[in-house]
Amino acid sequence: MEIAANALLLGLQYALLALGVYITFRILNIPDLTVDGSFTFGAAVSAVLSVAGHPFLGLAAAILCGAAAGAVTGFLQTKAGIHPILAGILTMSGLYTVNITVMQAPNVSLIGKPRFYEALYALLPNTDKDVLKTVCVAVICAGLTVALILFFKTVFGLCIRATGNNEDMVRASSINTDAAKMTALSIANALVALSGGLIAQTGGFADVNAGSGMIVVGLASVIIGEVIFGKRSLTLGLISAVVGSVVYRLIIALALENELFSADALKLISAVIIGITLCIPAVRKRIAERRIRRGAQKNA
Amino acid sequence: MLDIKHLSKTFLKGTPNAHRALQDLSLHLDKGDFVTVIGSNGAGKSTLFNAVAGSFLCEEGSIVLDGTDITYKKEHQRAKQIGRIFQDPMKGTAPDLTVEENLALAYAKSMRNPFASAHRRKDVDFYRAQLARLDMGLEDRMRTKMGQLSGGQRQAVTLLMSTIVTPKLLLLDEHTAALDPVTAQKVLEITKSIVAENQITTMMITHNIGQALHTGNRTIMLASGKIVLDLQGEEREKITLPALLEMYKEKAGKALDNDRMLLSEAE
Repeated sequence: MEIAANALLLGLQYALLALGVYITFRILNIPDLTVDGSFTFGAAVSAVLSVAGHPFLGLAAAILCGAAAGAVTGFLQTKAGIHPILAGILTMSGLYTVNITVMQAPNVSLIGKPRFYEALYALLPNTDKDVLKTVCVAVICAGLTVALILFFKTVFGLCIRATGNNEDMVRASSINTDAAKMTALSIANALVALSGGLIAQTGGFADVNAGSGMIVVGLASVIIGEVIFGKRSLTLGLISAVVGSVVYRLIIALALENELFSADALKLISAVIIGITLCIPAVRKRIAERRIRRGAQKNA
Repeated sequence: MLDIKHLSKTFLKGTPNAHRALQDLSLHLDKGDFVTVIGSNGAGKSTLFNAVAGSFLCEEGSIVLDGTDITYKKEHQRAKQIGRIFQDPMKGTAPDLTVEENLALAYAKSMRNPFASAHRRKDVDFYRAQLARLDMGLEDRMRTKMGQLSGGQRQAVTLLMSTIVTPKLLLLDEHTAALDPVTAQKVLEITKSIVAENQITTMMITHNIGQALHTGNRTIMLASGKIVLDLQGEEREKITLPALLEMYKEKAGKALDNDRMLLSEAE
């Protein structure tokens, strides 16, 4: 039960990361590697401002900083004409220095410092702390998911979706594809940075290496979500990314619970889980083809 | 309506492979003109369309559309006034978006507020009425993903998309060439009726010489980036297919190397 509760709390925080990755990977159709850098950027900014006594300002600043990082990647991709993957890597590696500069150290501890969920403690002093944390994060997560669903139903949201789907057509229909891409990358990285900012505050520390491998975590959540819900509509896709993130945390927690694996094996387990989930469509196709062949042999 | 003056474009300029795709080309279209464009492969037909639509900038010359100089305007800015359809039915629509969403995207040209909902009831009713005119049953399939429609249906929807906000200029780049003969005929009929109804100034590239003569009110022939023949009025009405083909061979300066054009002679 405790495992499930922990997985839910972590999963909901990483869900914002998953939403960001969903926007770039599925809607914009570009794997955006800025994520590793902007996650840490959000964590660093949020932690430093919490230490200074402003946890809420920390979260707001994380959002803005993430958006700025996304805009830089967008600029490199569109105006500077750099390959999308390379553009993301450039921003990510540049952010490493920025993050160390922001924190003035490789890591920042938040023990004894104010956090965003503490305002709720004061209102409900007798409730369990972890429950309050989860409620706080769940509200943020649900609010943002609904906002995104509505946004992608607007005309501008539709333009972003079409840009990722058929860029030629979009160019011939009076939409500024550069602006659409930059906006989408900004929104995505703002979500990722907020995810980092939340995790820094609930976890009680920020580390300069916190973001490494986050793109893999995000992709895993998106893909697990799609395996559960299927790829039907965008609304369902956004919801499935959130659910996928929670399920991913559960899988990891259960795998680590098993005494066969040590905590060091986390990254390998993640990679294997993603590898397996990614090959499910190919395996399904093979099985279907084999059935058809068998059926033909029987009838012959 | 459209005024092209002394337009020149050279690809790979300054290299041994330099290719003069457009050579001092001038063309004037009046409002409501429907011009068919013929010419062999590499004559510069598509280059001319790309130049007008703004896929690249030309070294020399000017393009004026309805009194506005668009020579140096960006492609997406020109697209507000220029509708364009390509030969490939896959190119004109977003396959993972629904029919309704594709139309909403095209209709967005007329909307000021980018954060308005793309699914307003009033607009959806308008799309349904427009789709019904195609007579393909698409008005009942508005929630279908575009990618699930056939090539002909997609091309018809693309046509609707590029004319749903009446453009000042419509560029049709062999838009029926990839369709089967019956569907091609149908899409051409729809094109004619939409163009006539809204009096849209139109240019249509075709390799079907019969179609070129019987559609619209003017026919131009391109060769090596120049207009070598401009038929309109009485002269155009009198000319016969064999005569035009003969002229084509003469003007192009070489034997016909285009199978499709030879085949269409039989029509």
